[in-house]
Amino acid sequence: MRIFGLNRRIIRVLLGSQYAHMLEYRAEIALWALSGVLPFIMLSIWSGSEARSGLGLDGVALDRYFLSAYLVRQFSVVWVVYAFEEDALLGRLSPYLLQPLHPLWRYVAAHLGEQLTRLPFAALIAAVFFAVQPATFWLPSPGGFLLAWLATWLAFAIAFLFQSLIATLCFWSEKASALERLQFIPFVFLSGLLAPLSAFPPVVRAWAQWTPFPYLIDFPARVLAGQSVDLMAGFGAQLAWIAVLLPLVLVLWRAGVRRYSAMGA
Amino acid sequence: MGRYWRTLRRFWSTALAVQLEYQANVLIELLAVAMSLSGSLFLLSLFYGPDQTLGGWSWAQALMVQGLYTVFDGMASTWLRPNLGAIVTHVREGTLDFVLLKPIDSQFWLSLRTLSPAGLPEIGLGLGLLAWGSLQAGVVLTIPSLCIVLVMLLAGGLILYSLWFLIAATSIWFVKTWNATEVLRALLASGRYPLNAYPPALRVLFTFVLPVAFLTTIPAKVLLDSAGTPMLLAGLGLAVVFFAAARSFWLFALRFYTSASS
Repeated sequence: MRIFGLNRRIIRVLLGSQYAHMLEYRAEIALWALSGVLPFIMLSIWSGSEARSGLGLDGVALDRYFLSAYLVRQFSVVWVVYAFEEDALLGRLSPYLLQPLHPLWRYVAAHLGEQLTRLPFAALIAAVFFAVQPATFWLPSPGGFLLAWLATWLAFAIAFLFQSLIATLCFWSEKASALERLQFIPFVFLSGLLAPLSAFPPVVRAWAQWTPFPYLIDFPARVLAGQSVDLMAGFGAQLAWIAVLLPLVLVLWRAGVRRYSAMGA
Repeated sequence: MGRYWRTLRRFWSTALAVQLEYQANVLIELLAVAMSLSGSLFLLSLFYGPDQTLGGWSWAQALMVQGLYTVFDGMASTWLRPNLGAIVTHVREGTLDFVLLKPIDSQFWLSLRTLSPAGLPEIGLGLGLLAWGSLQAGVVLTIPSLCIVLVMLLAGGLILYSLWFLIAATSIWFVKTWNATEVLRALLASGRYPLNAYPPALRVLFTFVLPVAFLTTIPAKVLLDSAGTPMLLAGLGLAVVFFAAARSFWLFALRFYTSASS
Protein backbone atom coordinates (compact mmCIF):
# COMPACT_ATOMS: atom_id res chain seq x y z
CA MET A 1 0.00 0.00 0.00
CA ARG A 2 1.28 3.43 -0.81
CA ILE A 3 0.53 6.58 1.10
CA PHE A 4 1.46 9.76 -0.79
CA GLY A 5 3.38 7.53 -3.19
CA LEU A 6 5.44 6.04 -0.39
CA ASN A 7 5.60 2.58 1.07
CA ARG A 8 8.02 1.10 3.53
CA ARG A 9 10.38 -0.25 0.91
CA ILE A 10 10.59 3.03 -0.97
CA ILE A 11 11.24 4.90 2.27
CA ARG A 12 14.01 2.48 3.20
CA VAL A 13 15.69 2.68 -0.19
CA LEU A 14 15.40 6.45 -0.44
CA LEU A 15 16.76 7.08 3.03
CA GLY A 16 19.47 4.45 2.70
CA SER A 17 20.77 5.75 -0.61
CA GLN A 18 20.61 9.39 0.44
CA TYR A 19 22.38 8.64 3.71
CA ALA A 20 25.14 6.80 1.84
CA HIS A 21 25.39 9.74 -0.55
CA MET A 22 25.67 12.26 2.28
CA LEU A 23 28.19 10.14 4.11
CA GLU A 24 30.51 10.62 1.14
CA TYR A 25 30.42 14.35 1.82
CA ARG A 26 30.91 14.07 5.57
CA ALA A 27 33.94 16.39 5.66
CA GLU A 28 31.89 19.06 3.93
CA ILE A 29 28.98 18.52 6.29
CA ALA A 30 31.31 18.75 9.28
CA LEU A 31 32.44 22.15 8.02
CA TRP A 32 28.82 23.21 7.62
CA ALA A 33 28.18 22.17 11.21
CA LEU A 34 31.19 24.24 12.25
CA SER A 35 30.07 27.24 10.24
CA GLY A 36 26.96 27.47 12.41
CA VAL A 37 28.96 28.85 15.36
CA LEU A 38 27.17 32.19 15.29
CA PRO A 39 24.91 31.35 18.28
CA PHE A 40 28.05 30.72 20.36
CA ILE A 41 29.58 34.05 19.36
CA MET A 42 26.33 35.75 20.33
CA LEU A 43 26.26 33.80 23.60
CA SER A 44 29.69 35.13 24.52
CA ILE A 45 28.48 38.69 23.91
CA TRP A 46 25.15 38.28 25.67
CA SER A 47 26.62 36.62 28.74
CA GLY A 48 28.91 39.56 29.50
CA SER A 49 26.55 42.33 28.48
CA GLU A 50 24.66 44.68 30.74
CA ALA A 51 21.48 44.01 28.79
CA ARG A 52 21.50 40.42 29.96
CA SER A 53 19.28 41.01 32.97
CA GLY A 54 16.35 41.83 30.70
CA LEU A 55 16.43 38.42 29.02
CA GLY A 56 14.82 36.41 31.78
CA LEU A 57 17.49 33.76 31.28
CA ASP A 58 19.60 33.64 34.42
CA GLY A 59 22.69 31.63 35.17
CA VAL A 60 23.14 28.61 32.94
CA ALA A 61 19.76 29.11 31.27
CA LEU A 62 21.34 31.46 28.73
CA ASP A 63 24.11 29.01 27.83
CA ARG A 64 21.57 26.23 27.48
CA TYR A 65 19.36 28.39 25.32
CA PHE A 66 22.10 29.18 22.82
CA LEU A 67 23.41 25.61 22.71
CA SER A 68 19.85 24.46 22.06
CA ALA A 69 19.46 27.13 19.38
CA TYR A 70 22.61 25.82 17.71
CA LEU A 71 21.37 22.22 17.83
CA VAL A 72 17.90 23.08 16.58
CA ARG A 73 19.42 25.01 13.71
CA GLN A 74 21.66 22.05 12.81
CA PHE A 75 18.64 19.80 12.46
CA SER A 76 16.41 22.23 10.64
CA VAL A 77 18.79 23.51 7.97
CA VAL A 78 17.09 23.44 4.60
CA TRP A 79 18.68 23.82 1.18
CA VAL A 80 16.00 22.40 -1.08
CA VAL A 81 15.79 25.54 -3.23
CA TYR A 82 19.44 25.27 -4.29
CA ALA A 83 19.23 21.53 -5.02
CA PHE A 84 16.00 22.02 -6.89
CA GLU A 85 17.28 24.96 -8.90
CA GLU A 86 20.31 22.97 -10.01
CA ASP A 87 18.21 19.95 -10.92
CA ALA A 88 15.79 22.09 -12.90
CA LEU A 89 18.59 23.94 -14.71
CA LEU A 90 20.50 20.79 -15.63
CA GLY A 91 17.37 18.94 -16.71
CA ARG A 92 17.69 16.28 -14.01
CA LEU A 93 14.18 17.11 -12.92
CA SER A 94 12.62 15.52 -16.00
CA PRO A 95 13.37 11.87 -15.08
CA TYR A 96 12.27 12.58 -11.49
CA LEU A 97 8.94 13.80 -12.77
CA LEU A 98 8.40 10.55 -14.64
CA GLN A 99 8.75 8.47 -11.50
CA PRO A 100 5.57 7.57 -9.62
CA LEU A 101 6.87 9.46 -6.60
CA HIS A 102 6.56 13.15 -5.80
CA PRO A 103 10.05 14.61 -6.44
CA LEU A 104 9.86 16.56 -3.19
CA TRP A 105 10.11 13.26 -1.29
CA ARG A 106 13.55 12.78 -2.78
CA TYR A 107 14.66 16.10 -1.31
CA VAL A 108 13.07 15.27 2.02
CA ALA A 109 15.09 12.05 2.09
CA ALA A 110 18.26 13.94 1.15
CA HIS A 111 17.72 16.35 4.05
CA LEU A 112 17.07 13.53 6.50
CA GLY A 113 20.19 11.72 5.30
CA GLU A 114 22.18 14.87 5.80
CA GLN A 115 20.79 15.37 9.30
CA LEU A 116 21.86 11.87 10.21
CA THR A 117 25.36 12.60 8.90
CA ARG A 118 25.42 15.82 10.90
CA LEU A 119 24.41 14.13 14.13
CA PRO A 120 27.90 13.01 15.28
CA PHE A 121 29.45 16.40 14.49
CA ALA A 122 26.72 18.29 16.30
CA ALA A 123 27.09 15.92 19.25
CA LEU A 124 30.84 16.52 19.23
CA ILE A 125 30.37 20.30 19.32
CA ALA A 126 27.87 19.93 22.17
CA ALA A 127 30.41 17.74 24.00
CA VAL A 128 33.13 20.38 23.55
CA PHE A 129 30.70 23.00 24.83
CA PHE A 130 30.01 20.95 27.96
CA ALA A 131 33.73 20.28 28.44
CA VAL A 132 34.46 24.01 28.38
CA GLN A 133 31.52 24.85 30.64
CA PRO A 134 30.71 21.78 32.73
CA ALA A 135 28.25 23.74 34.88
CA THR A 136 25.85 24.05 31.97
CA PHE A 137 25.46 20.31 31.48
CA TRP A 138 21.91 19.05 31.41
CA LEU A 139 19.98 16.14 30.04
CA PRO A 140 16.35 16.76 29.13
CA SER A 141 13.84 14.30 30.57
CA PRO A 142 12.69 11.66 28.06
CA GLY A 143 9.35 13.42 27.73
CA GLY A 144 11.00 16.81 27.30
CA PHE A 145 13.42 15.39 24.78
CA LEU A 146 10.59 13.88 22.79
CA LEU A 147 8.75 17.20 22.75
CA ALA A 148 11.91 19.05 21.68
CA TRP A 149 12.50 16.49 18.96
CA LEU A 150 8.96 16.95 17.73
CA ALA A 151 9.26 20.75 17.83
CA THR A 152 12.55 20.63 15.89
CA TRP A 153 10.97 18.32 13.37
CA LEU A 154 8.01 20.61 12.89
CA ALA A 155 10.43 23.53 12.55
CA PHE A 156 12.22 21.58 9.85
CA ALA A 157 8.88 20.88 8.16
CA ILE A 158 7.95 24.58 8.14
CA ALA A 159 11.35 25.60 6.81
CA PHE A 160 11.24 22.86 4.19
CA LEU A 161 7.75 23.79 3.00
CA PHE A 162 8.58 27.48 2.99
CA GLN A 163 11.66 26.89 0.88
CA SER A 164 9.83 24.47 -1.38
CA LEU A 165 7.33 27.25 -1.99
CA ILE A 166 10.19 29.47 -3.13
CA ALA A 167 11.64 26.56 -5.11
CA THR A 168 8.39 26.06 -7.03
CA LEU A 169 8.67 29.68 -8.12
CA CYS A 170 11.73 28.48 -10.08
CA PHE A 171 9.19 27.22 -12.60
CA TRP A 172 8.32 30.83 -13.36
CA SER A 173 11.41 32.87 -12.58
CA GLU A 174 15.17 32.44 -12.52
CA LYS A 175 15.48 34.74 -9.54
CA ALA A 176 13.79 32.41 -7.07
CA SER A 177 16.94 31.73 -5.08
CA ALA A 178 17.39 35.49 -4.62
CA LEU A 179 14.03 35.40 -2.85
CA GLU A 180 15.45 32.74 -0.57
CA ARG A 181 18.36 35.04 0.25
CA LEU A 182 15.97 37.86 1.08
CA GLN A 183 13.82 35.75 3.38
CA PHE A 184 16.93 34.42 5.11
CA ILE A 185 17.75 37.87 6.51
CA PRO A 186 14.60 38.29 8.63
CA PHE A 187 14.95 34.63 9.58
CA VAL A 188 18.40 35.24 11.08
CA PHE A 189 17.29 38.23 13.11
CA LEU A 190 13.77 37.19 14.14
CA SER A 191 14.15 33.45 14.71
CA GLY A 192 16.00 33.69 17.99
CA LEU A 193 19.29 32.44 16.58
CA LEU A 194 21.16 35.61 17.57
CA ALA A 195 19.05 36.85 20.46
CA PRO A 196 16.29 35.14 22.41
CA LEU A 197 12.92 36.60 21.58
CA SER A 198 12.57 37.82 25.15
CA ALA A 199 15.27 40.41 24.33
CA PHE A 200 13.05 42.11 21.77
CA PRO A 201 10.99 45.18 22.61
CA PRO A 202 7.36 44.09 23.22
CA VAL A 203 6.10 45.62 19.97
CA VAL A 204 8.65 43.80 17.84
CA ARG A 205 8.07 40.57 19.71
CA ALA A 206 4.31 40.74 19.26
CA TRP A 207 4.86 41.42 15.60
CA ALA A 208 7.42 38.64 15.19
CA GLN A 209 4.99 36.11 16.67
CA TRP A 210 2.92 36.47 13.52
CA THR A 211 5.80 35.37 11.30
CA PRO A 212 6.92 31.73 11.09
CA PHE A 213 10.46 32.61 12.22
CA PRO A 214 10.21 32.30 16.04
CA TYR A 215 8.81 28.79 15.65
CA LEU A 216 11.88 27.73 13.71
CA ILE A 217 14.48 28.32 16.44
CA ASP A 218 13.24 30.12 19.55
CA PHE A 219 10.36 27.81 20.40
CA PRO A 220 12.10 24.44 19.83
CA ALA A 221 15.25 25.73 21.53
CA ARG A 222 13.31 26.73 24.63
CA VAL A 223 11.63 23.34 24.75
CA LEU A 224 15.01 21.61 24.42
CA ALA A 225 16.59 23.84 27.06
CA GLY A 226 13.82 22.81 29.43
CA GLN A 227 12.30 26.24 29.98
CA SER A 228 8.67 26.74 30.75
CA VAL A 229 7.01 27.56 27.46
CA ASP A 230 3.44 27.61 26.31
CA LEU A 231 3.53 24.25 24.53
CA MET A 232 -0.01 24.50 23.23
CA ALA A 233 0.55 27.88 21.62
CA GLY A 234 3.92 26.88 20.17
CA PHE A 235 2.86 23.58 18.67
CA GLY A 236 -0.42 25.15 17.59
CA ALA A 237 1.41 27.87 15.67
CA GLN A 238 3.78 25.36 14.10
CA LEU A 239 0.92 23.17 12.92
CA ALA A 240 -0.99 26.21 11.68
CA TRP A 241 1.96 27.27 9.53
CA ILE A 242 2.25 23.78 8.12
CA ALA A 243 -1.47 23.77 7.39
CA VAL A 244 -1.08 27.05 5.50
CA LEU A 245 2.08 26.14 3.60
CA LEU A 246 1.41 22.55 2.60
CA PRO A 247 -1.62 23.14 0.32
CA LEU A 248 0.09 26.20 -1.16
CA VAL A 249 3.17 24.18 -2.07
CA LEU A 250 1.11 21.39 -3.60
CA VAL A 251 -1.06 23.72 -5.65
CA LEU A 252 1.87 25.78 -6.90
CA TRP A 253 3.85 22.64 -7.66
CA ARG A 254 1.04 21.24 -9.79
CA ALA A 255 0.67 24.52 -11.67
CA GLY A 256 4.44 24.77 -12.09
CA VAL A 257 4.88 21.27 -13.45
CA ARG A 258 2.23 22.04 -16.04
CA ARG A 259 4.33 25.00 -17.15
CA TYR A 260 7.58 23.09 -17.02
CA SER A 261 8.93 22.27 -20.43
CA ALA A 262 12.38 20.95 -19.46
CA MET A 263 15.65 22.24 -20.82
CA GLY A 264 15.90 24.31 -23.92
CA ALA A 265 12.23 24.66 -24.64
CA MET B 1 54.25 46.73 -13.67
CA GLY B 2 52.56 48.73 -16.39
CA ARG B 3 51.41 45.52 -17.99
CA TYR B 4 49.73 44.40 -14.77
CA TRP B 5 48.03 47.76 -14.43
CA ARG B 6 46.68 47.60 -17.99
CA THR B 7 45.50 44.02 -17.46
CA LEU B 8 43.74 44.99 -14.26
CA ARG B 9 41.88 47.79 -16.01
CA ARG B 10 40.82 45.39 -18.74
CA PHE B 11 39.71 42.78 -16.16
CA TRP B 12 37.51 45.18 -14.28
CA SER B 13 35.98 46.92 -17.25
CA THR B 14 34.88 43.56 -18.68
CA ALA B 15 33.57 42.50 -15.27
CA LEU B 16 31.52 45.69 -15.09
CA ALA B 17 30.21 45.17 -18.61
CA VAL B 18 29.14 41.64 -17.71
CA GLN B 19 27.39 42.80 -14.54
CA LEU B 20 25.48 45.50 -16.39
CA GLU B 21 23.69 42.67 -18.17
CA TYR B 22 22.11 41.70 -14.86
CA GLN B 23 20.74 44.94 -13.54
CA ALA B 24 17.98 43.34 -11.50
CA ASN B 25 20.67 41.69 -9.38
CA VAL B 26 21.87 45.09 -8.23
CA LEU B 27 18.39 45.93 -6.95
CA ILE B 28 18.08 42.64 -5.12
CA GLU B 29 21.53 43.14 -3.65
CA LEU B 30 20.62 46.65 -2.55
CA LEU B 31 17.48 45.39 -0.84
CA ALA B 32 19.43 42.59 0.86
CA VAL B 33 22.06 45.01 2.13
CA ALA B 34 19.46 47.44 3.45
CA MET B 35 17.60 44.63 5.20
CA SER B 36 20.63 43.05 6.77
CA LEU B 37 22.05 46.39 7.91
CA SER B 38 18.78 47.35 9.60
CA GLY B 39 18.68 43.89 11.16
CA SER B 40 22.21 44.32 12.51
CA LEU B 41 21.40 47.74 13.91
CA PHE B 42 18.26 46.34 15.54
CA LEU B 43 20.29 43.52 17.07
CA LEU B 44 22.91 45.98 18.31
CA SER B 45 20.20 48.18 19.83
CA LEU B 46 19.07 45.23 21.96
CA PHE B 47 22.30 45.55 23.94
CA TYR B 48 21.68 49.20 24.70
CA GLY B 49 19.09 50.21 27.25
CA PRO B 50 19.21 53.56 29.01
CA ASP B 51 22.74 54.11 30.44
CA GLN B 52 23.97 50.80 29.12
CA THR B 53 27.22 50.13 27.33
CA LEU B 54 28.58 47.12 25.53
CA GLY B 55 32.01 46.26 26.90
CA GLY B 56 32.48 49.93 27.77
CA TRP B 57 31.61 51.14 24.28
CA SER B 58 28.83 53.66 23.82
CA TRP B 59 26.14 53.31 21.17
CA ALA B 60 27.87 55.76 18.83
CA GLN B 61 31.21 54.02 19.25
CA ALA B 62 29.65 50.62 18.59
CA LEU B 63 28.12 52.10 15.44
CA MET B 64 31.62 52.88 14.22
CA VAL B 65 32.60 49.23 14.70
CA GLN B 66 29.45 48.13 12.90
CA GLY B 67 30.22 50.55 10.08
CA LEU B 68 33.75 49.20 9.68
CA TYR B 69 32.41 45.65 9.65
CA THR B 70 29.95 46.62 6.93
CA VAL B 71 32.79 48.08 4.86
CA PHE B 72 34.74 44.83 5.08
CA ASP B 73 31.66 42.76 4.37
CA GLY B 74 31.06 44.85 1.27
CA MET B 75 34.70 44.38 0.32
CA ALA B 76 34.24 40.63 0.64
CA SER B 77 31.22 40.57 -1.66
CA THR B 78 32.72 42.98 -4.20
CA TRP B 79 36.16 41.50 -4.42
CA LEU B 80 36.94 38.40 -2.38
CA ARG B 81 33.94 36.14 -2.87
CA PRO B 82 33.72 36.41 -6.68
CA ASN B 83 37.46 35.90 -7.13
CA LEU B 84 38.64 33.58 -4.39
CA GLY B 85 35.40 31.61 -4.44
CA ALA B 86 36.22 30.61 -8.02
CA ILE B 87 39.55 29.00 -7.07
CA VAL B 88 37.78 25.90 -5.81
CA THR B 89 35.94 25.55 -9.12
CA HIS B 90 39.16 26.03 -11.06
CA VAL B 91 40.85 23.26 -9.11
CA ARG B 92 37.90 20.90 -9.34
CA GLU B 93 37.28 21.34 -13.04
CA GLY B 94 40.92 21.52 -14.00
CA THR B 95 40.67 25.02 -15.45
CA LEU B 96 43.45 26.12 -13.13
CA ASP B 97 45.74 24.74 -15.83
CA PHE B 98 44.71 27.57 -18.13
CA VAL B 99 45.42 30.15 -15.44
CA LEU B 100 48.86 28.73 -14.74
CA LEU B 101 49.75 28.73 -18.43
CA LYS B 102 49.02 32.43 -18.82
CA PRO B 103 52.10 34.69 -18.96
CA ILE B 104 50.96 36.50 -15.83
CA ASP B 105 51.26 35.79 -12.13
CA SER B 106 48.64 33.20 -11.19
CA GLN B 107 47.88 34.71 -7.79
CA PHE B 108 47.33 38.10 -9.42
CA TRP B 109 44.98 36.58 -11.97
CA LEU B 110 43.01 34.56 -9.40
CA SER B 111 42.73 37.42 -6.93
CA LEU B 112 41.77 40.29 -9.19
CA ARG B 113 40.14 38.70 -12.23
CA THR B 114 36.66 40.03 -11.58
CA LEU B 115 34.70 42.50 -9.53
CA SER B 116 31.10 42.44 -8.43
CA PRO B 117 29.80 46.01 -8.25
CA ALA B 118 26.69 44.81 -6.40
CA GLY B 119 28.73 44.95 -3.18
CA LEU B 120 29.74 48.59 -3.62
CA PRO B 121 26.60 50.08 -2.02
CA GLU B 122 27.42 48.11 1.11
CA ILE B 123 30.88 49.69 1.28
CA GLY B 124 29.26 53.08 0.86
CA LEU B 125 26.70 52.42 3.59
CA GLY B 126 29.45 51.17 5.89
CA LEU B 127 31.52 54.29 5.36
CA GLY B 128 28.43 56.40 5.97
CA LEU B 129 27.70 54.56 9.21
CA LEU B 130 31.32 54.98 10.27
CA ALA B 131 31.18 58.72 9.58
CA TRP B 132 27.85 59.10 11.40
CA GLY B 133 29.09 57.10 14.40
CA SER B 134 32.31 59.11 14.57
CA LEU B 135 30.37 62.36 14.48
CA GLN B 136 28.05 61.18 17.27
CA ALA B 137 30.99 59.94 19.32
CA GLY B 138 32.58 63.36 19.07
CA VAL B 139 35.58 62.36 17.00
CA VAL B 140 37.42 65.35 15.60
CA LEU B 141 38.30 64.43 12.06
CA THR B 142 41.62 65.75 10.88
CA ILE B 143 43.56 65.01 7.74
CA PRO B 144 46.13 62.86 9.60
CA SER B 145 43.43 60.84 11.38
CA LEU B 146 41.66 60.23 8.08
CA CYS B 147 44.91 59.04 6.55
CA ILE B 148 45.45 56.70 9.49
CA VAL B 149 41.99 55.22 9.07
CA LEU B 150 42.59 54.76 5.38
CA VAL B 151 45.83 52.92 6.08
CA MET B 152 44.12 50.77 8.71
CA LEU B 153 41.36 49.93 6.22
CA LEU B 154 43.92 48.91 3.63
CA ALA B 155 45.84 46.84 6.19
CA GLY B 156 42.59 45.21 7.31
CA GLY B 157 41.64 44.47 3.73
CA LEU B 158 45.01 42.87 3.14
CA ILE B 159 44.66 40.71 6.27
CA LEU B 160 41.18 39.63 5.24
CA TYR B 161 42.33 38.85 1.71
CA SER B 162 45.32 36.84 2.91
CA LEU B 163 43.26 34.76 5.34
CA TRP B 164 40.67 34.04 2.69
CA PHE B 165 43.29 33.24 0.07
CA LEU B 166 45.16 30.91 2.46
CA ILE B 167 42.00 28.88 2.99
CA ALA B 168 41.06 28.92 -0.68
CA ALA B 169 44.57 27.73 -1.58
CA THR B 170 44.11 24.58 0.49
CA SER B 171 41.67 23.44 -2.20
CA ILE B 172 44.76 22.28 -4.13
CA TRP B 173 44.80 19.37 -1.66
CA PHE B 174 41.23 19.08 -0.44
CA VAL B 175 39.40 20.28 -3.57
CA LYS B 176 36.15 21.16 -1.81
CA THR B 177 37.06 23.87 0.66
CA TRP B 178 34.16 26.07 -0.23
CA ASN B 179 32.64 25.45 3.18
CA ALA B 180 35.89 26.28 4.92
CA THR B 181 35.51 29.86 3.75
CA GLU B 182 31.98 29.72 5.21
CA VAL B 183 33.53 28.86 8.57
CA LEU B 184 35.87 31.82 8.17
CA ARG B 185 32.93 34.07 7.33
CA ALA B 186 31.03 32.87 10.38
CA LEU B 187 33.99 33.64 12.61
CA LEU B 188 34.56 37.02 10.98
CA ALA B 189 31.02 37.97 11.98
CA SER B 190 32.45 38.40 15.47
CA GLY B 191 33.94 41.65 14.15
CA ARG B 192 30.50 43.24 14.32
CA TYR B 193 30.97 43.97 18.01
CA PRO B 194 33.71 45.74 19.95
CA LEU B 195 36.41 43.37 21.13
CA ASN B 196 35.86 44.31 24.79
CA ALA B 197 32.38 42.80 24.65
CA TYR B 198 33.93 39.32 24.46
CA PRO B 199 35.31 37.24 27.31
CA PRO B 200 39.13 37.48 27.70
CA ALA B 201 39.92 34.13 26.06
CA LEU B 202 38.05 35.07 22.89
CA ARG B 203 39.71 38.49 22.89
CA VAL B 204 43.08 36.79 22.64
CA LEU B 205 41.78 34.54 19.87
CA PHE B 206 40.34 37.43 17.88
CA THR B 207 43.51 39.51 18.23
CA PHE B 208 46.33 37.06 17.64
CA VAL B 209 44.98 33.93 15.97
CA LEU B 210 42.19 35.29 13.82
CA PRO B 211 42.93 39.01 13.83
CA VAL B 212 39.37 40.26 13.51
CA ALA B 213 40.26 42.95 16.03
CA PHE B 214 42.54 44.62 13.50
CA LEU B 215 39.66 44.90 11.05
CA THR B 216 37.09 46.70 13.15
CA THR B 217 37.80 47.37 16.82
CA ILE B 218 41.34 48.68 16.51
CA PRO B 219 40.67 51.10 13.63
CA ALA B 220 37.69 52.45 15.60
CA LYS B 221 39.91 52.84 18.66
CA VAL B 222 42.56 54.64 16.64
CA LEU B 223 39.91 57.09 15.48
CA LEU B 224 38.59 57.58 19.00
CA ASP B 225 41.86 58.37 20.74
CA SER B 226 44.38 59.41 18.18
CA ALA B 227 47.24 57.83 20.17
CA GLY B 228 47.28 55.03 17.68
CA THR B 229 50.71 54.94 16.11
CA PRO B 230 51.82 51.65 17.75
CA MET B 231 48.53 50.02 16.79
CA LEU B 232 48.85 51.34 13.27
CA LEU B 233 52.31 49.84 13.00
CA ALA B 234 51.11 46.55 14.49
CA GLY B 235 48.26 46.42 11.97
CA LEU B 236 50.57 47.15 9.07
CA GLY B 237 53.13 44.60 10.29
CA LEU B 238 50.45 41.96 10.64
CA ALA B 239 49.13 42.70 7.16
CA VAL B 240 52.60 42.27 5.68
CA VAL B 241 53.15 39.02 7.58
CA PHE B 242 49.79 37.61 6.50
CA PHE B 243 50.29 38.60 2.90
CA ALA B 244 53.77 37.07 2.82
CA ALA B 245 52.33 33.89 4.34
CA ALA B 246 49.57 33.74 1.71
CA ARG B 247 52.05 34.32 -1.07
CA SER B 248 54.55 31.69 0.02
CA PHE B 249 51.78 29.22 0.80
CA TRP B 250 50.44 29.62 -2.74
CA LEU B 251 53.87 28.99 -4.26
CA PHE B 252 54.24 25.97 -1.97
CA ALA B 253 50.76 24.64 -2.84
CA LEU B 254 51.39 24.93 -6.56
CA ARG B 255 54.18 22.38 -6.26
CA PHE B 256 51.50 19.85 -5.29
CA TYR B 257 49.06 20.74 -8.03
CA THR B 258 48.62 17.80 -10.36
CA SER B 259 45.64 19.05 -12.39
CA ALA B 260 42.25 17.35 -12.39
CA SER B 261 41.97 13.57 -12.72
CA SER B 262 45.66 12.90 -12.24
